[in-house]
Amino acid sequence: MYSCSDLKKGLKLMIDGDPHVIVQFDFSKPGKGQALYRCKLRNMITGALFDRTYRSGESFAPASLDERDMQYLYQDETGYVFMDQKNYEQVVLAEETLGDDKYFLVDNMEVKILMYGDIGIGITLPNFVNLRVSQADPWVKGDTAAGNNKPAAVETGYTLQVPSFVEEGTLIQIDTRTGEYVTRVKE
Amino acid sequence: MEGNWQLARKRPMLEKRARIVQAIRAFFIARQFLEVETPQRIPANAPELHIDAIASGDWFLQTSPELCMKRLLAAGYEKLFQICRCWRDGERGNRHLPEYTMLEWYRAGTDYQLLLTDCEELLAALCAASQLKWQGQTIDLRRPWPRLKIAEAFARFSDTPLTEALKEGRFDEIISLQIEPQLPADRPVFLTEYPSQHAALARKKPGDPAVAERFELYIGKMELANAFSELTDPAEQRQRFSNEEQQRRVAGKPPYPSPEPFLKELASMPDAAGIALGIDRLVMLLCDAERIDQVVPFCPEDL
Repeated sequence: MYSCSDLKKGLKLMIDGDPHVIVQFDFSKPGKGQALYRCKLRNMITGALFDRTYRSGESFAPASLDERDMQYLYQDETGYVFMDQKNYEQVVLAEETLGDDKYFLVDNMEVKILMYGDIGIGITLPNFVNLRVSQADPWVKGDTAAGNNKPAAVETGYTLQVPSFVEEGTLIQIDTRTGEYVTRVKE
Repeated sequence: MEGNWQLARKRPMLEKRARIVQAIRAFFIARQFLEVETPQRIPANAPELHIDAIASGDWFLQTSPELCMKRLLAAGYEKLFQICRCWRDGERGNRHLPEYTMLEWYRAGTDYQLLLTDCEELLAALCAASQLKWQGQTIDLRRPWPRLKIAEAFARFSDTPLTEALKEGRFDEIISLQIEPQLPADRPVFLTEYPSQHAALARKKPGDPAVAERFELYIGKMELANAFSELTDPAEQRQRFSNEEQQRRVAGKPPYPSPEPFLKELASMPDAAGIALGIDRLVMLLCDAERIDQVVPFCPEDL
């Protein structure tokens, strides 16, 4: 069982018999008062979104769902297609199920797909992905201050803040959990 | 691998934070407050139902420097301040860190009225423009700041009357979910006159024992500071601690030892008032930061 202190974005739990995922989470607590755990939840089967607030002392059943190792194949009009590497079964995930994760998929990437029966309802990406910068302002010579940043776009269309020395064509590592720049990748 | 860039880009924020902390020190030193450092690892915190301490060996990390500060008051120190780390187990959110920085200051020989003025003057010293812009909202800091009694706040912003909220144990919930979101966004506001059962270390208002001389300062709807006229009656303080302990036990929480030296010396404490203000949140306001993570170099998840 989970307690309130386990609640965080991405946690999957059973509510009213259905698997749900926490898509937004905040902890609030008046200084001397009782803590409130405010969750935006998505029903992983119907896709319905709703808000719920929990108080310390409540407990939750983990959503016991199968996770299968799969490889990302391609995107087509049906959605994003993955293949189970053991039995070659294919599973399709809709764009809204992926959310921002769609920007971090690269061909042949090995991911975990969360299954509800035969239906794919969620994805866990590797923590880090390498993507090439497709658009960024050039590095202004002399701008060497550590911590300076600018926007950049990567090959999948995702935009993020990067250090000023990152230029078009640079391969960078991104943390898929936060969507933030980590480092340049040596090639 | 190059250096940690997410850390490097926090530099402008950390530089501003350092200047703010220096300015806070200068503010209190100029007013003849004595800066003290009391132990952060202590045998007993004040037992409070909703504040969980982190154990450190047989002792605990402090949840507030309050008890040691009051022992100093009891020994005759008149004006004290401290900037220190406090730890509260399980508190993590956009505005919470389980380890955070607290500013506490205390004045002997007075009640909490003077602390309201201290808050207004401190912000004036830190923010020369007498207004600040936080998350797109301009906040007018011109003094005096509005005061709002808790009973009025319930009447105005909640469909549940205060007495009912107290009876049903929904006081905190209504403050968080109904009242806080409706507080003025463009002005600081002091919420005052808390129900006495929600102020374990505060003095009751003379002539009205149902309310305690406690206030909370909100700026931009964010809770920033909590203040009391201090309770100085050791017998009543012992009784209230034992009530909190009792409620902790009912809630299935681990028992805490009683802070005996504090209770013994409380008898010598003069009338006094004290306040705790979250430095990280103050920096958020002054630096237009949305999340507490932005104003500290490391969060627990980064370690």
